[in-house]
Amino acid sequence: MQELVVISGKGGTGKTSLVASLAALAERLVLADCDVDAADLHLVLSPEIERREQFSGGSRARIRPGHCSACGKCLELCRFGAVAFDGPGNGRVSKTYRIDAIACEGCGVCAYFCPEEAIEFGPVVNGQWFISTTRHGPMVYARLGVAEENSGKLVSLVRREAKRIASERNLDLILVDGSPGIGCPVIASITGADLALVVTEPTPSGLHDLNRVVKLTRHFGIPAWVAVNKCDLNLSLCEEIEGRAAEQGLSVAGRIRYDSTVTEAQIRALSVVEHRPESAAAEDIRQIWTRLEGVLRERQREPLRVIS
Amino acid sequence: MQIAIASGKGGTGKTTVAINLAWIAAHQGRSVAYLDCDVEEPNGHLFLRPEITDRQAVVERIPQVDLQKCTRCGRCGKICQYSAIVSIGKTVLVYPDLCHSCGGCRLVCPTGAITEIPLEIGSLERGTAGAIQFVQGSLKIGKARAVPVIQAVKSVSPQVDLVIRDAPPGTSCPVVESVRGADYVVLVTEPTPFGLHDLRLAVEVMHALKLPCGVVVNRAGSPANEVRWFCGARQIPILAEIPDDRRLAEAYAQGSMICEALPEYETVFAGLLDAIARQARTVAA
Repeated sequence: MQELVVISGKGGTGKTSLVASLAALAERLVLADCDVDAADLHLVLSPEIERREQFSGGSRARIRPGHCSACGKCLELCRFGAVAFDGPGNGRVSKTYRIDAIACEGCGVCAYFCPEEAIEFGPVVNGQWFISTTRHGPMVYARLGVAEENSGKLVSLVRREAKRIASERNLDLILVDGSPGIGCPVIASITGADLALVVTEPTPSGLHDLNRVVKLTRHFGIPAWVAVNKCDLNLSLCEEIEGRAAEQGLSVAGRIRYDSTVTEAQIRALSVVEHRPESAAAEDIRQIWTRLEGVLRERQREPLRVIS
Repeated sequence: MQIAIASGKGGTGKTTVAINLAWIAAHQGRSVAYLDCDVEEPNGHLFLRPEITDRQAVVERIPQVDLQKCTRCGRCGKICQYSAIVSIGKTVLVYPDLCHSCGGCRLVCPTGAITEIPLEIGSLERGTAGAIQFVQGSLKIGKARAVPVIQAVKSVSPQVDLVIRDAPPGTSCPVVESVRGADYVVLVTEPTPFGLHDLRLAVEVMHALKLPCGVVVNRAGSPANEVRWFCGARQIPILAEIPDDRRLAEAYAQGSMICEALPEYETVFAGLLDAIARQARTVAA
């Protein structure tokens, strides 16, 4: 079993569209949408949900106004600016302290030190996750609650479930759709993966963000391949990106030509290889998949070989 | 006035909108600052090409345990909600990357064995790009927590008429921190199923934070009807539509400012700036 994670650094380079196409091309796979705060893969794959679970990644504090003596200890200790002095009054004081649920980091320090024991502290639901069936195979995905935290923990959970399904059903590939950036959810998406495919675009932002995300994959020891999407938007920058990638010891998976059928496919809830198999983008993506499939098969045969 | 430019979905054109608004405002003679709050992938500098005059590290506090004073009582490990400090056998292990710097372990330690030491998690850069004041944060590679770096960026926000914050994509904590305290939020979307889906999520976030927002439709090709219906039903104003013009994508790919490369678009961004100011005033009144 191999785990391939698709990431990008910069947002909107085409990760999800590419993952949808790879899902159509690959066989015996499970999908994991790890872009938990703006998951879009389900819009193309129209999953049927088999199982729905609540996710709790942490705790939160709440002041019981009736018990608060307005001593201000919580305000003094909170480092997250989550304490406001605008709660309702009670028999003893005219105003009480209140915790801003969105700003609360769930550290529990206020509750521990409250002399009145007026602060409740316990687990909260941060989101939901789903096990589903799609036309290409099972898919695990999630939805982080509005303005919630702990996206990294939810990403880890989605990957763990996908891995469990892969081993139970004896599947060959876990295909992970990652999130943009280099922070907590991205780190949670790539750690321990077998291969990262970094999707970029030939723009100054694409190049800049590729450099940062590649440093991240190297930091965590994940072998990375690069694909340049919308390559004909700026061919010389595309070549520069591929050159830089090679200098950094990365392999180039291929280029995808700018093609309006990709958006057309998205509107029809299809991947471009299903919607217009003869299109330029579909042809380029098939080539990329052939290359990656070879790499994954090779790694499967020699699991102990270290690729750096 | 503090304006945040956010989106939900990545790559819809947040940075394009933010830098061109800053450019127009500066051109109109207003004092303006651009704050890059997308600290995981800051890109505004690629177009504004600022002269950086000040650089400093962004640090968080993490615990350090003096094992001579420590009695291995284990209270630090119990209060820590992030498994960042654990008392095991004869030692106490600290995992700096899991620490949220709440200070709880130091407070509960009965023997004063825990002190806090700085850990660098990113950097803060300040400078000027012509008449535009420039601030950006940059998360150190391998560090997970973007929020404190965004807070550092906001903490040095210059005293000017107009502050434009360029937010990261998504809907979770880094976005919340980037928009918190803003007077108005501009959500940039594109008329695709992904764009609309993520716009809905972003609108939910702004409503939860009680922040007023308006929408910019980028790459608006054939009438962006679904976005219009959604905004109409939610009573969210559409502030501007930027057409699906390949020259815009090419200007971006060359690292150019749209207002400089394609002057006919100046009126689009000037109109957008006026619309934002009008909306923000209406909300305030």
